Amino acid sequence: MPSLKDLKNRIESVKSTRKITKAMQMVAAAKLRRAQDAAEQSRPYTERFNAVMAKLAASVGDSDSAPRLLRGTGSDQVQLLVVLTAERGLCGGFNTNIVKRAKVEAQKLLAEGKTVKILTVGKKGRDALKREYSAHFVGHVDLSEVKNLGYGDAQSIAADILARFDAGEFDVAKIFFSRFENVVSQVPTMQQVIPADVAEAEAGDEDAAAGVVYDYEPSEEAILADLLPRGVATAIFSALLENGASEQGARMSAMDNATRNAGEMIDKLTIEFNRSRQAVITNELIEIISGAEAL
Amino acid sequence: MAETVQFDLVSPERRLASVQVTEVQIPGADGDMTVMADHAPLITSLRPGVLRASGPDGESEYVVTGGFAEINADGISVLAERAVPRGDMTQDSFKALVDDAKQKLDRAQETFKNEPGPVDDAAKLLADMVAMGDEIGLSSH
Repeated sequence: MPSLKDLKNRIESVKSTRKITKAMQMVAAAKLRRAQDAAEQSRPYTERFNAVMAKLAASVGDSDSAPRLLRGTGSDQVQLLVVLTAERGLCGGFNTNIVKRAKVEAQKLLAEGKTVKILTVGKKGRDALKREYSAHFVGHVDLSEVKNLGYGDAQSIAADILARFDAGEFDVAKIFFSRFENVVSQVPTMQQVIPADVAEAEAGDEDAAAGVVYDYEPSEEAILADLLPRGVATAIFSALLENGASEQGARMSAMDNATRNAGEMIDKLTIEFNRSRQAVITNELIEIISGAEAL
Repeated sequence: MAETVQFDLVSPERRLASVQVTEVQIPGADGDMTVMADHAPLITSLRPGVLRASGPDGESEYVVTGGFAEINADGISVLAERAVPRGDMTQDSFKALVDDAKQKLDRAQETFKNEPGPVDDAAKLLADMVAMGDEIGLSSH
């Protein structure tokens, strides 16, 4: 049975924990709004970009002249997994879920006898994957210094990946991130970036059906060659933005839960405290009364 | 009054403009072009330069550093890698762009010693950048 003083101390400490989680929740809520805005702002670009890319990819097709970034190297032996996670924890299952998704894919590929290489962005992903897959690590991008995520950050990650591709280090690149659905639901997602996955070809089909024929300046191939590296950067940028919003959303709901749990704990401890205080008082009364009766 | 057409200028980070315009001057990779309503469908890549849009609401100018433009019956969409209203372009930010292009050229010269293609591309990027600076009255030094 803990003493009254112990209980009092515990209540105080849980109370200060609740204050911290409450503050973190509010900070996350504010940051979430900003992250959502940023994701919203980038959407028109991404949508149009994908539409144009689908159009071009459809018209150039699978011919031998198609750039390698679109066609692939003709093999899928060496796969690069780019795992995008947060720099910080205390955001529920956010990092764990992304890492889990990447691990499932890595295990599948290894079982198929493929070579797996891992590039991590964000400290949490590196820490979680280093234990099991340290032999597969090829690099890490540190974004902990970055306050406001810009397109430039995505570009430098893309440049790194493209340089590795040009050097023939891998055949297929996939990115892992968390797609933001709403505050309580973030979906860990895998997306193939090299060779470009132009599944959203509907926009191109519509135009083709409408009989629109585009002129290209300088030429289809030249534009496509210019576009594909940008496509990698764009995919990474939107993944980073989705991740940013997901991270804050996950943190917000995790901290909300923590705040609620702390509240419940305080209630429980307070009841226990009151009961033991009552027990002490009763005990004292019994002592006094029995002392008086003995006289 | 001249016929107007929908014009959108978007960069990855934000949407800069979405207005009705009568004509847009685009710094295309193969040279400047002016696009008006009912232009033939066209996709072109951009070189660094100044983009001018004039419409009923007046004229606006943007500095773009590359990207591409899509022109079709629905309107003109310019997807710029980086775009800033001309008024917001300062000597410092322009200098940063030029330095960036210079670095790209250095890197290209180092990595592709025997292939002229990428080196020429990087050199052209730098030259375009400097030419753009002259046009808007900013020095590249």
